[in-house]
Amino acid sequence: MKKLSILFTAALLAGTAFAASARAGDELTVTSWGGAYSDSQRKAYYEPYNAAGNKITEAEYNGEVAKIKAMVDANAITWDVIDVDSATALQGCAEGALEIIDWAKLGLDKAKFLGADVSECSVPTIVFGTVFGYDTSKLKDGPTSISDLFDLAKFPGKRGLQKNPTVNLEWALIADGVPAAEVYKVLATPEGVDRAFKKLDTIKSEIVWWEAGAQAPQLLADGQVVMTSAWNGRLQKPIDVDGKPFKIVWDHQALDWDLWAITKGTPKMEEAYRFVAFASGAGPQAEQTKYIAYGPANSDAIPNVEPKTLPNLPTAPDNLKTAWNLDTQFWADHGDELKERFNAWLAK
Amino acid sequence: MRAADGTPLKIKLRQAERREVRRAFLLIAPLFLFIVISFLIPILVMLKNAFYDPDVVNNLPQTTELLRQWDGKALPGEDVFAAFAADLKTASKARTVALVGKRLNYEIPTLKSKVTVTARKLDKIETGPWTEAVIAADPIWKDVFTWAVVKRAGSSITPYYLLSALDLRQGPDGGIERTPVERRIYLQVLGRTLSISLLVTLCTLILGYPVAYMLAILPQRTASILMIFVLLPFWTSLLVRTTAWTILLQDGGVMAQFLHISGITWIANTLGFMSGEPQLFKTRFATVLAMTHIQLPFTLLPIYSVMKTISPTYMRAAKSLGATPFHAFRTVYVPQTMPGVAAGCLLTFILCLGYFITPALVGGGSDNMIAGFIDTAMNNEGNWGKSSALGFVLLTATLILYYVYNRLIGIDKMKLG
Repeated sequence: MKKLSILFTAALLAGTAFAASARAGDELTVTSWGGAYSDSQRKAYYEPYNAAGNKITEAEYNGEVAKIKAMVDANAITWDVIDVDSATALQGCAEGALEIIDWAKLGLDKAKFLGADVSECSVPTIVFGTVFGYDTSKLKDGPTSISDLFDLAKFPGKRGLQKNPTVNLEWALIADGVPAAEVYKVLATPEGVDRAFKKLDTIKSEIVWWEAGAQAPQLLADGQVVMTSAWNGRLQKPIDVDGKPFKIVWDHQALDWDLWAITKGTPKMEEAYRFVAFASGAGPQAEQTKYIAYGPANSDAIPNVEPKTLPNLPTAPDNLKTAWNLDTQFWADHGDELKERFNAWLAK
Repeated sequence: MRAADGTPLKIKLRQAERREVRRAFLLIAPLFLFIVISFLIPILVMLKNAFYDPDVVNNLPQTTELLRQWDGKALPGEDVFAAFAADLKTASKARTVALVGKRLNYEIPTLKSKVTVTARKLDKIETGPWTEAVIAADPIWKDVFTWAVVKRAGSSITPYYLLSALDLRQGPDGGIERTPVERRIYLQVLGRTLSISLLVTLCTLILGYPVAYMLAILPQRTASILMIFVLLPFWTSLLVRTTAWTILLQDGGVMAQFLHISGITWIANTLGFMSGEPQLFKTRFATVLAMTHIQLPFTLLPIYSVMKTISPTYMRAAKSLGATPFHAFRTVYVPQTMPGVAAGCLLTFILCLGYFITPALVGGGSDNMIAGFIDTAMNNEGNWGKSSALGFVLLTATLILYYVYNRLIGIDKMKLG
């Protein structure tokens, strides 16, 4: 009996020692968008990083910049590194919720990063496209252009769209015949806004709204919709992994960035920099494309991307033909007004 | 009369009473403090945000000071422009320019970036004349209305948020007008919140009252077993129950299949009530259904506990005096249950006002209730003023309804058992 208890104590001590040694590495909380995207980050970044003796705690959000701001204001920071989209980066930076990035400290060459000029508070990680996709088993001769998304006569049935005016208003104008290059000029005028909402009106009764990124492919898989807008990687994953008969329509995809940002004044500044530097390296960046079809922002990673993945990236030349960039500055200015109008329109 | 130690008995009695009061107060003190600290103060702090926004006055101190004397008719003078340039330079050093832009942008879209761009351009200019320099940075500063908005926002007490929560705004001349029709939304949302809550309350009452009656008159042993069916959902998380409704109601889900197989869909189609499959999910119907399910125990339990206290002898007496069972039930039994009905309905109604997860998950685009908008304003937009103002409107509407309720029914008649 005594022997047993000694053994037990020894085991306990060994356990504590092990835990203590693990704690010697970096411990920090990384917040991202959940679903397939977080899965890819876990495999490409968190797991190798943890294997080197660090400990990453994951958190999830839907781009609520106000949560970051509240954390900073209350000086109760629980998220150290955050994956932001460019709108969140811009607002968070302007309102002093994010750190200004010191590229020298990161030890990375800013010139190698696409989208490095989006905001001085962020390090680009991926390029993603907002596209729409459909189920080929439901629609044999499927849609090919953005106008088809708005064409109920040709393609009857429900469509999923993000519950947000962003991208939807631009697409409505493009489908109504506005050239992509002039969309924001038109949308800045009251007539342009009316025109976009009028176009959305034509399909309003058939729209199913999604909010979290993971909902879009789910809607399609459940047969709740015949087509849906989605972030391209979220649609590619069920095709690659589950063999779903989905097809992505790349026409007029909206390009945007996901970027790493560091919460202003986090007590884990050094750790945060070390993690961002690791996750932005060419190796892990190329590794991530194995799990989700987003374009790596570090251009050094491109040569290491598997050839079969390349055509599925939003940055593939074929997919870029009609692509347009989401104008975050426009949305920073007009977002308040257009979101209110969008909500009023939804409620009608 | 005097006590043993010679003090008048009256004073002695008063001392003893005071001691009693003090002891009673000490007993409730922990609860009282808890309520003040965790409930009253946060609410007051939140409500303050609905009126109080010092971002502009803090970051443009000289400009707002000078604008107080400005009559608002013609463009402000060079002194205002100079102060504005100086304030912007200070603010851009402190990285607070965006706060000014954010607040002004609520009233004039595009000002968010225009303030930032103006600040950036002015940073490079050392000497005046500032009027030309500021207008050269962006022509919007040539507009008298822009300065009227700066002046208005420059007072730390602002009616802006409350007005916009009521679909109102201040026009160029300072008068109050309605917001343009395509941006009016909050009054409608408030009305919708109240009407959904009322409907759900009614549904829970209609469904809950007979069940409560049955539980009250059944033998204790049977009633206890049946009670589990009422309480089990009550103990289940709200989110789980809402998700369960999602599965039941979604297109091609259990409910749709049932309607299809049972032929109800076919009959309704033939009779022309609808065409194709029924739309159950993401509708007002689904919202009311799921909320009724969740709220049912809240209405039922107070009614049940009041019914348990009603002695069966009253009914027997009524019947023995010649009343029909229905008449006895209506004139003798029902009035005695009213305190429970009042308590249960009030509880459900007030809880319903705060729903936002259920309407968001099973309801359609036009079923979002006011709490959902408060959440969006706070979490997504970072607009604390708006969320506080909406909260203020909801609180006021609730208090008014409570007052009316008290006048009509009387809160003292309410009983939880």
